[in-house]
Amino acid sequence: MRLRREFSSLKQSTGFDFQHNHFQLFGLAPSFQLDSAKLELQYRALQAQVHPDKSAHLGETEQRVAMQQSTLVNEAYQTLKSPIRRARYLLLLNGVDTQEETNTAMPVDFLMAQMEWREAVAETQQARDLNALEQLAARMKVETRALEAQLAVKIDTEQDYAAAAGLVRKLRFMEKLAEEIDAAYDVIDM
Amino acid sequence: MALLQISEPDLSTAPHQHRLAVGIDLGTTNSLVATVRNGISVVLNDENGRAMLPSVVRYAADSSVTVGEAAQIEQSVDPTNTIISVKRFMGRGLKDVGDTSRLPYRFVDTDGMLQLRTVAGVKSPVEVSAEILKVLRMRAEAALGGELVGAVITVPAYFDDAQRQATKDAAKIAGLNVLRLLNEPTAAAIAYGLDNASEGVYAVYDLGGGTFDISILRLTRGVFEVLSANGDSALGGDDFDQRIHCWLLEKNDLSALNPQDTRLLLTQARAAKEQLTEHDRTRITAVLSSGELVDNVLTQDEFQSMSHNLIQRTLQPLRRALRDAKLSAADIKGVVMVGGATRMPQVQQAVGEFFGQIPLNNLDPDKVVALGAAIQANLLAGNRSGDEWLLLDVIPLSLGIETMGGLVEKIIPRNSTIPTARAQEFTTYKDGQTAMSIHVLQGERELVSDCRSLAKFELRGIPAMVAGAARIRVTFQVDADGLLNVSAREMGCGMEAAIVVKPSYGLSDAEITRMLQDSVQHAQDDMQARARQEQQTEANQLLEAVQHALVQDGELLDHQQRSRIEAQMTVLQGSLKTEDTLALKRAVNALNEATVSFAQARMDKSVAGVLTGKNISQLETK
Ligand SMILES: Nc1ncnc2c1ncn2[C@@H]1O[C@H](COP(=O)(O)OP(=O)(O)OP(=O)(O)O)[C@@H](O)[C@H]1O
Ligand SMILES: [Mg+2]
Repeated sequence: MRLRREFSSLKQSTGFDFQHNHFQLFGLAPSFQLDSAKLELQYRALQAQVHPDKSAHLGETEQRVAMQQSTLVNEAYQTLKSPIRRARYLLLLNGVDTQEETNTAMPVDFLMAQMEWREAVAETQQARDLNALEQLAARMKVETRALEAQLAVKIDTEQDYAAAAGLVRKLRFMEKLAEEIDAAYDVIDM
Repeated sequence: MALLQISEPDLSTAPHQHRLAVGIDLGTTNSLVATVRNGISVVLNDENGRAMLPSVVRYAADSSVTVGEAAQIEQSVDPTNTIISVKRFMGRGLKDVGDTSRLPYRFVDTDGMLQLRTVAGVKSPVEVSAEILKVLRMRAEAALGGELVGAVITVPAYFDDAQRQATKDAAKIAGLNVLRLLNEPTAAAIAYGLDNASEGVYAVYDLGGGTFDISILRLTRGVFEVLSANGDSALGGDDFDQRIHCWLLEKNDLSALNPQDTRLLLTQARAAKEQLTEHDRTRITAVLSSGELVDNVLTQDEFQSMSHNLIQRTLQPLRRALRDAKLSAADIKGVVMVGGATRMPQVQQAVGEFFGQIPLNNLDPDKVVALGAAIQANLLAGNRSGDEWLLLDVIPLSLGIETMGGLVEKIIPRNSTIPTARAQEFTTYKDGQTAMSIHVLQGERELVSDCRSLAKFELRGIPAMVAGAARIRVTFQVDADGLLNVSAREMGCGMEAAIVVKPSYGLSDAEITRMLQDSVQHAQDDMQARARQEQQTEANQLLEAVQHALVQDGELLDHQQRSRIEAQMTVLQGSLKTEDTLALKRAVNALNEATVSFAQARMDKSVAGVLTGKNISQLETK
């Protein structure tokens, strides 16, 4: 690991608009529901232009600009591809903070359900029961999809951003749960 | 002779200036260099027609370095100074190596990357690797007839930042411009994918001499997209050799062998392993330095059972890679086998069973990585061929920073497509605090002690403010080589914080500069040594010629002339014994001068003035 001594601002490059938001970058309408095939196509087309491999034979400046542009395209793509990150970003564009760190007021039944999930994961891990873990993972996926479907309604149809922020906070719990399930896989697979 | 290829017509008359670029597979066991010629990727052979350069470096007391086969043949004679599998030490500390008693080297106990004490001095694994790269660079330059624009060097996909940086540093010391560090399985996928016009999701299973990689890639028209990578950067064919070695020790009730015997048995173990790929049983014989005879028969069954858990160790990363890619074994269209160790039938079988399909072996597992690297090098050097593709690779291990309580907070998760960056804000916790330190780690575990320390950054020159007022934005940028770069600035006044980096296992900029200088110095020493040798030969020839002339035509000289010549001969003989090349040259000239009239007299005597103005050495050699 080396230190890059120069810190250049992302704005210095030409022919590529760093001011665009992620949706504009890919020529997509800013909505939660999104044409993922088009996103992927646009992503590849953009990377084909800006990826550092395209300027490996050029000077240091060109290479650095390419790295910054390509980094931004990756960041934008990852943000739009992931439902929770996409929702968070849309809310941000609309001036709404999802308060994931600060707002801990969750519905009691949701919290109860979370506790049950976690216990179940811990149990399967203890029992090294791969099948049970896989079933849990599948159920969790269904639950997550349901929350995402609600998000589409709240953001795209109702523009109820406060409610949407609540859903993002719920999804964040599900994301952490997914991480725990992943860790359990690793423990069982030792 | 390689030099004859200099003016190969297809290279020198290419319509657009063809930029010379190569792909180098810097392997644990074998290294190769390849290039694209007339649109076809080819491996460049040495003058004996061999493609693979054994990754073996031997240091001699006179600082001369032998690389490759010649070093390999002698490895059990001089094991301490003959470094094999140096790749396993790249970016690694002594404690990472584990049981060093099984290795014949003299390790130097240092804080960061381990070092080896040889007769030619202390060497870093980076310098040892640079010797291998230098040989390949010279091979390529001789074959292609010009200086290289650059090289793509391959690294195991599961190499961490320290290992990657060490590889890049080695290339720098070898005088190579690194166009890109390319992951080995990705290089193989390029060679395979372009060759077969493949589409779909493929797995590349690469078991080499010292490392194991698994990569899952999606191949679509013109795009190679790595979905996930996993592996074990300390698992390979070498470990199978070790198992046989241990078995031999047990069978023969041996313990605490000397380095020569250890190396001998390991060499025999490796040969036995390779034999068992084709045969049901093999006989292992060796005569130890004590005179003791080792003579055992090893069967395929026995070998399979002793190496069973090594193969199991490759399946766990495989499952993890699939999970990270959110795929199952059934989604994989083909499994490309790479690396010499995949020739073992038990590996083929285990992989076949795991994926429920016969693995693809239609590319030479030894060469495919170098061939793919050359194809990418050609593209990166700017030799446009009309055919272009996009390569989207990932970082194999998560990056994080140390937080309170010895915990690691992930900042860039594993399998993120590169290049990627993440900015994080830090603040001061004391009034007037002007410095802070950031500890960067790599790995998947939660505790600092379970992850690999990459570096400690110290930010200095933060303007003194009340606690929490300064906001320092630190940007972690992973470039297309998979290397991390860090920069920082104070957000309030936009001041750039001065950063002092202490790499945990890497080399400092100063160390690299020193190694570069050493390397240049070494080249100069080599040249001087050669000049001296030529001078010595010339001196000896001259002495012999004068001696001969004195015996034959001594009567042509009077006493004074003769003693002048003899005095100069004594001076020359004296300076032959010293290291002073310049004095030697002067003494040669002086003797030549002292014999001018003698030569003239001899000439007059024999050819009667046909030749004039020559001294003895010129006459004698004619
Ligand atoms: N026929 C064979 N049967 C079994 N093993 C073999 C055979 N041929 C080669 N090997 C083993 O393959 C390994 C070398 O493979 P390879 O040349 O692909 O490794 P490498 O590229 O040098 O290493 P790495 O990729 O790990 O850095 C050695 O351990 C060697 O013994
Ligand atoms: Mg290899």
